[in-house]
Formats: sequence, structure tokens, C-alpha cells
Amino acid sequence: MEIGDAFASAFTLVVNFESDLVEIVLLSLQVSFLAVGFASLIGLPIGASLAVFKFPGRTFIIVILNSMMGLPPVVIGLIVYLILSRSGPLGTLGLLYSPAAMVIAQVCLITPIIAALTRQSTEDLWHEYSEHLRSVGIRPWQSVQTLLWDNRFSLITAVLAGFGRASAEVGAVMIVGGNIDHVTRVMTTAITLETSKGNLALALGLGIILLALALSVNAAAFLINEAAMKRYG
Amino acid sequence: MDNSANLNLSKSAKVRTAHILPLKLKDVSYEIGGMRLIKDLSVEFSSPSLTVILGPNGAGKSLLLRLCHGLIEPSSGTVEWGGNENTLARRYQAMVFQRPIMLRRNVFANLDHSLKHRGIKKAERINKIEEILKHTGLLRLTKVPARRLSVGEQQRLAVARAWSLDPEVLFLDEPTAALDPAATHSLEEIIDAIKKSGTKVIMSTHDLGQAKRLADEVLFLYRGRLLERADANQFFDQPENDLAQSFMRGELLWWNRHELKPPEKFNNRKGI
Repeated sequence: MEIGDAFASAFTLVVNFESDLVEIVLLSLQVSFLAVGFASLIGLPIGASLAVFKFPGRTFIIVILNSMMGLPPVVIGLIVYLILSRSGPLGTLGLLYSPAAMVIAQVCLITPIIAALTRQSTEDLWHEYSEHLRSVGIRPWQSVQTLLWDNRFSLITAVLAGFGRASAEVGAVMIVGGNIDHVTRVMTTAITLETSKGNLALALGLGIILLALALSVNAAAFLINEAAMKRYG
Repeated sequence: MDNSANLNLSKSAKVRTAHILPLKLKDVSYEIGGMRLIKDLSVEFSSPSLTVILGPNGAGKSLLLRLCHGLIEPSSGTVEWGGNENTLARRYQAMVFQRPIMLRRNVFANLDHSLKHRGIKKAERINKIEEILKHTGLLRLTKVPARRLSVGEQQRLAVARAWSLDPEVLFLDEPTAALDPAATHSLEEIIDAIKKSGTKVIMSTHDLGQAKRLADEVLFLYRGRLLERADANQFFDQPENDLAQSFMRGELLWWNRHELKPPEKFNNRKGI
């Protein structure tokens, strides 16, 4: 198939909402949104707490957290695979090759990203707020709440960075999900498979949607930040 | 500021049942990076008057306020609160900083945040905030994001926020340093009203005019040492300390920085 023809077919698939393509896109979004939700619940408080609390070993944890932002997805996939496999500690749950396993892998992958970016962003605000909050007698954990709320628009960038990573990731979900048709096939694994099969139209169609998604995510982050800066200064 | 807002709140001065005064500093020193920035300072604050801490830049005025307020710990010496609620000292004091710290919220929410954390009920909070905003001329700006206010309005909001906590002691760290004369005048009216409401105000400034207008008593600080403490009238008539006299004449005080010693006559003075 010519590249031009492949693009034309891809656009047709996208415009016509071809059922296979829609199913794959919806599962991808479902897995990534759930992963981002869980990772945010874990990563945001961890990041903000690291900004506020001073304790021995804090620097070490921050260095580790920053390093974990670049974790290779296949390694995460392998570790989650070992944990969820039949002989692993959580093997009895039978989660391997299910969307739940993919969510777990993505949570492991993006929680450090959200936590590290939250720590960086919140620490700047903490330096600004700390004397006032301590003066008023607000306890450290209450300060964490205040910082998370007041920094919420900047933190959307951190969360969306996590979403971008989750939705574009292929290695981990391939290992723990298995790329099973109609069960665990998501955009990235489908693109890999369809490209190897020579089905460039579907691969390109998914690629276009993935790119549009990445663009939308970045545009949303930018617009939200701009609006927040205009409104709150 | 809304000048129609009558700031004379002396009639509404509360009868306090909880007291954290007197505040006693005994031989307090503060050291950082091998430099002693506050040196063996002893002083006691007890009456609900307005004390101005006067001195040139680098005298240690802001550090002294932070030590009193407990934001930093002394390297040596003690800072003690002596009233019947001294274990809850933090609850009955407040501080306003030289650069106003504004939460990323609107004017109302900036006040509400502190009060909410004090456990005050919503209806009471709303009444209190409206009253304070009215008295500080900020009522029309209730919904405006705090960071969108002018510097003068931000500082008024910072003072209003501190005042809303009903402090027995209010620390003000050069609150008008970045303000123009009109904004300074507005803020001084509010500070005067706070004093009249029964709050002890301890304020730092290097503005002699402001000190003359507001002070009941003056502490003169130079290079981390308390060189003079006096009634305001007495201090401005004729300060006893030679460095204070130089400062009053507007002379630069760096000429004898390496030989600084408080005059002998102050060594045995009560509270210094």
C-alpha cells in the first residue's frame, strides 16, 4: 500500500468511527484515565508532602523519585508481570492479561512523574507561603492541603504529563496486557501489531488519534494555566 | 481606602480572658553561618501599647520579630510567653510581613482560610470577614483575586487577615516599606485602630516619621544589639544613645561598625 493511500484509508477509518478503532481508542482512554486517577491520588500528596516536610533522607527520596521519572516501561512491565503472574505474590488475583494489570503497570510508571513534578512545583509555592502558614499556626498536613489547592492549576500540568506518558506507553502494557484483541488491545500495542502486519491504514488512523490526543492534552494544560494566571495572578 | 469606614474601634475593644503577655526575651542570640545577627538581647513586652523597633537596614529588626513570633528559634537564650494561655501562644498572635503573602484566592477566601483553620463556624466567619473588610476599606474588593490588588491593597488585606484572628499581639514587619504616602496613611489608620482595640502591636520600621506618628515606645536596634528602649516622646526629644542620636540626625551609621559597643550606661538598664 502506498503511503498516500494509507493516509487516505486512515482518515476514512477515523472519520467513519470504525468499530475496531473506536473500541481500541475507548479502552486506551479508560486504562489511561484510571491509571492517571490512581496515580494522582498517590502522587499528588506524596509530592506536596515532600515539599513541606523536612526529614532525614528526604534528599535521597527526591533524587530517587526524579530518577524514576525515566523508568523504562518494559522494566516496569516485567516487574508487574512477575508480581501478577501465577507464581507471583498477587498471582491468585488472576489479573494478568487484563485491563486491570495494564492500569497497575501504568500507575507504577506515572506515579513518580506526577509526584516529582508536584514536589518541584509545590516547593516553590511553599517557599512563598511557608512563613504565613506557620504564622497562622496551620499544621504541616493542613499546609499540604492548602498548597495542593492553591497550586491546582499548575498541578494539572503534572497530571497531564502523567496522562501523556500513560497513553503513549507501549512496553509495559504489552507485557502485562498481552495485546489480546477485544480485551487488552490499546492504541500503542495495536499500532505496533498492525504495522508489523502491514496494515498501515489502521496503524496510521490510531497514530493520528494518538497525536491529536497528545496535542489536545498539551493545549488543555496551556489554556488552563493561562486562564488561571489571568484569574488568580 | 474607603474613608467613610470609621476605624476607631476602641469602643469594640474586647475584654480578653486569655492572655499570652508578657513576652520575655532573655539573652537571646541568633547566629547563622558563623555570624551573630542578634546579640544577647533581653527585653520584655507587657502592656498593650504600640512598640516600634527602630534601626537602620541590617539592624536585626525583622529577625527580632521572627524570633518573638516563633518563626525562627534563637541560637541561645529564651523566648517565653507568660500569660494564662501561654501554651496556646501561637493562637493569640499574628504577623504581617514586609512583602504581603497573598494566597492564590480572592480577598474573601484569603481571610476565610486562616479563620477556617481556627475552627470558626461558617456563619461567624462570614460576619467577621465582612466587618473586617468594611473597617479596612476592602469590602468592595471581596471577590477580587488577592494577587490582582495593588501593593497597598495587598498589605491592607494582609493586616486585615492578621486582625481577623483577634491577636493579643500583632507583629508588623515594616508593613509600609513598599507603599506610597496615601497607602501608608491608610495603613497607619488601620494600625492605630488595631492598637485601640486592645492589641499589643510590635512593629519594625526605619521610617522616623512613621515611628513618631505611631509609637508609644521605641526600641533602637543596631547591628543585632538593643541600644536603647525609651518612651516615644522621650526618645524623639533626645535619645540617650549616641548611635540613636546619629540615626535621628539622618547620619550614616557605618562609620564605627567595627567598634560598636552599647554605652556603659545601658548595660544595667532594665529590660536591655
